[in-house]
Amino acid sequence: MTAVAEIMDYDEVLRNFDPVLGLEVHVELSTATKMFCGCANEFGAEPNTRVCPVCLGMPGALPVVNGTAVESAIRIGLALNCQVAEWCRFARKNYFYPDMPKNFQTSQYDEPIVFDGHLDVVLDDGETFRVGIERAHMEEDTGKSSHVGGAAGRIHGAEHSLLDYNRAGVPLIEIVTKPITDAGERAPEVARAYVTALRDLLRSMGVSDVRMDQGSLRCDANVSLTPKGSTRFGTRTETKNVNSFRSIERAVRFEMRRHAALLNEGAEIVQETRHFDESSGETSSGRRKEEAEDYRYFPEPDLVPIAPSRDWVEQLRGTLPEMPWERRRRAQEQWELSDEELRDLVNAGALDLIAATVDAGASPSEARSWWVAYLTQRANERGGELASLPITPEQVARVIELVNEGKLTHKLARQVVDGVLDGRGGPDEVIAADELEVVSDDSSLQAAVDEALAAQPDAAEKIRGGKVQAAGAIVGAVMKATQGQADAKRVRELVLAACGQQ
Amino acid sequence: MTSTTSGPEGSGPTELTGLTASELAAKITAGEVSAEEVTRAHLDRIEAVEPDVHAFLHVNGQEALEAARRADEDRANGRAASPLAGVPLALKDVFTTTDMPTTCGSRMLEDWTPPYDSTVAGRLREAGVVILGKTNMDEFAMGSSTENSAFGPTHNPWDLERVPGGSGGGSSAALAAFEAPLAIGTDTGGSIRQPAAVTGTVGVKPTYGGVSRYGLVAFSSSLDQAGPCGRTVLDAAMLHEVIAGHDRMDSTSIDAPVPQVTAAAREGAAGDLRGMRVGVVREFAGEGYQRGVLDSFNAAVDTLTSLGAEVVEVSCPHFEYALGAYYLIAPSECSSNLARFDAMRYGLRVGDDGEHNTEEVMSLTREQGFGAEVKRRIMLGTYALSSGYYDAYYGQAQKVRTLISRDFASAFEQVDVLVSPTTPTTAFRIGERADDPMAMYLADLCTIPSNLAGNASMSVPSGVSAEDGLPVGLQIMAPAMADDRLYRVGAAYETARDAASGSSLVDRIPQLEVAR
Repeated sequence: MTAVAEIMDYDEVLRNFDPVLGLEVHVELSTATKMFCGCANEFGAEPNTRVCPVCLGMPGALPVVNGTAVESAIRIGLALNCQVAEWCRFARKNYFYPDMPKNFQTSQYDEPIVFDGHLDVVLDDGETFRVGIERAHMEEDTGKSSHVGGAAGRIHGAEHSLLDYNRAGVPLIEIVTKPITDAGERAPEVARAYVTALRDLLRSMGVSDVRMDQGSLRCDANVSLTPKGSTRFGTRTETKNVNSFRSIERAVRFEMRRHAALLNEGAEIVQETRHFDESSGETSSGRRKEEAEDYRYFPEPDLVPIAPSRDWVEQLRGTLPEMPWERRRRAQEQWELSDEELRDLVNAGALDLIAATVDAGASPSEARSWWVAYLTQRANERGGELASLPITPEQVARVIELVNEGKLTHKLARQVVDGVLDGRGGPDEVIAADELEVVSDDSSLQAAVDEALAAQPDAAEKIRGGKVQAAGAIVGAVMKATQGQADAKRVRELVLAACGQQ
Repeated sequence: MTSTTSGPEGSGPTELTGLTASELAAKITAGEVSAEEVTRAHLDRIEAVEPDVHAFLHVNGQEALEAARRADEDRANGRAASPLAGVPLALKDVFTTTDMPTTCGSRMLEDWTPPYDSTVAGRLREAGVVILGKTNMDEFAMGSSTENSAFGPTHNPWDLERVPGGSGGGSSAALAAFEAPLAIGTDTGGSIRQPAAVTGTVGVKPTYGGVSRYGLVAFSSSLDQAGPCGRTVLDAAMLHEVIAGHDRMDSTSIDAPVPQVTAAAREGAAGDLRGMRVGVVREFAGEGYQRGVLDSFNAAVDTLTSLGAEVVEVSCPHFEYALGAYYLIAPSECSSNLARFDAMRYGLRVGDDGEHNTEEVMSLTREQGFGAEVKRRIMLGTYALSSGYYDAYYGQAQKVRTLISRDFASAFEQVDVLVSPTTPTTAFRIGERADDPMAMYLADLCTIPSNLAGNASMSVPSGVSAEDGLPVGLQIMAPAMADDRLYRVGAAYETARDAASGSSLVDRIPQLEVAR
């Protein structure tokens, strides 16, 4: 595309059209081995070192289904409120591409393992939006091509291409939504919230790494517009491999504006694949669907049908962890949070961390305060996620414990946490190294108190006369003298005792 | 049983190459002969007759002799790997082998040596069976004459101007030419049984899933089945037990005990078929069947009756649609199975000269690497699976398949085994049907139903046709997992046949004139 696409003002789009969304999410399962062979399912290994005759599609090699992958597919379906097929088969999707060793992908076609479910997603304002799930099916990933010598790794103009088949045969689950027709102006937000919710769900189930940056979670967004008052869906475009949550929202919004501008001019939408450009926030034309092949699906004859028994399905249902939305509801009740507090905590990605900190002995309010306030700020400064900070919930709980025991002041506690974040060991190690512990040794404190009382005779007199609020000045002086390491509460007690007030 | 001696010119089978596998196994076990001597005798025989027969695409002399010496050592140490340890065998060139190329009779895989052994090859090696080499075949097992091999046809030892059947003509010709006492074939629509029939040898297509397909280069996955070939029913049975059984590398392999086929063959050889109900398939007779083939078949049925079998006629009304269904299902699956031959990872690569892009290299390679019949089937299958045609072709063919399975099921309610001629005619002349695919396809008319239904099926020689003196095959079909019935009936028939004619059929195989 040379010309920059004309786009319509977003509000005007919504005055004239209703958006229809369809989201296809590919999830790489984190099984130990690949979908149809015993090769390790690992990201980042040396090229072509996690391969065998099966995943290389050597003549004569045959697939054998990974039982754990089937189990994960069923569990995902159950978590998405889907029905589980009583009997289903794999199918071959035939097309030629060098990174696909057999030149067909073993997938599922009209007999998906799970179908007809929904996922309730929470939008930014706390409102819940139900996204219908059409189906989820099992398939294998392809290898990876890298094109050498051309511009930006694209195939066009490349001198040669390199193929890495480590990823070939990695188990994938493709989750397809029903058409989302009633999102209106919130369509881009719904798209982002849905994929985010799906990520959280899959992560809590432990079935995938769900890393968009590593491609273990990939989203294709289908967008079309229906003119107001019409019921016929417009022609859709499919924006591929949008690789962050924010990008999903931007890509949907951009496509809505682009479609609207074209439709407004009486032009036709071309059914095609589009690529999203992170830097410009725009999409560009990819492969035209009309040129796309007929995949000639047929049932995979090398594999036997899968017929999950109802007993097995119920057994798997029993293995589902608490769902993120259930967990949020429970946290809100137990920790007595307002809707707003809950939202902030969820948005900060702090729920699990707080829960773990509470499990390690801290009170919910103290744990929340540390993670949502101080540590979130630190994470933002570092430009990373809260969960990736180099401090554990147990360490945070230990700091809270030390504060409660009076061994750390809040100020000292922050210094200890900073020390941990700097990689200088656990809280106790940082305290020992920096001698940060509160001075609560009465004999050394007593000397400091006596000194301060002597230095401020007026204040001392007032205290002796019953004006205990005057003790603040003496406590302050002691704290200053001990460089903040004294336990202020204890200092106060000593001051009052010295002045005969206890 | 074989007393043929080699003439002064060395044109006939020697004392050792004329023996059956079970006889050789007995002699080796008894220490009368070493596996090395047996192997050497067969290698000599191969060297002598290959210029005429061309059964082999690759002879693995050194490796074979080493394997034979290992078998001799094992036996000397009292730990023979199996009853067939030290007995030589010819392997169809469609099984992957790490020590020999695996070409499938195609330019596409010329010189390709696989990085892994097929399960069948692995089990043969574990059993101490000596693999002499790889046998010729129609390209990717598509054909009924071996004329579709990219490396030239195999000649039928009964008449060198004639085809040995196909696709496994190399394996059957190797048996008939006494180049090997055992062979392995694969049968997608008759590729073991039809060559067996036209070369006067025994060939068995076990129950689908009975023998692992891992490492068998796929033609049509839902139909392909590997099986044993020999000159006697007992030999085939012994080989059957070596290669059969569950393999976790093949999801479609049956996880159940292997039928006791050797015991069944020995039991059958006693010649008593009382209590056995035999059904003659009414639909496999009439137009298109050679007179001598039908006569031989009818005589065979009489023999079965004389052995005490209860013979009745049964109807399988949908068998007439089997050929049509087969030529939709097999090409459909092959169009997908053969897609992997794209020059990217192994095999032939054409056009990699910096002038052509990836897609062009793929196209050029496939254009030059595949022969006409393979291309024909890929195109047929691609068409049959296309959107808009799927239901009318592939979908409809699958329905026919179900009906054929039901025909078998209802027939097997009435009888224990079904019988028919294996193929409508005796061996045809090389070139005779080369330009007439339909005539070629008809050779598999009687064998295809068993592939579609997945049941077990055998061809055992029923003598020669009066018109041309060429061998005829009797096909025996049994329900899935009842492979042992084939061997019981086959062995009983074989014994009675030889007793009636006063000599073994294999003794009538003409001695080959060695081209020197």
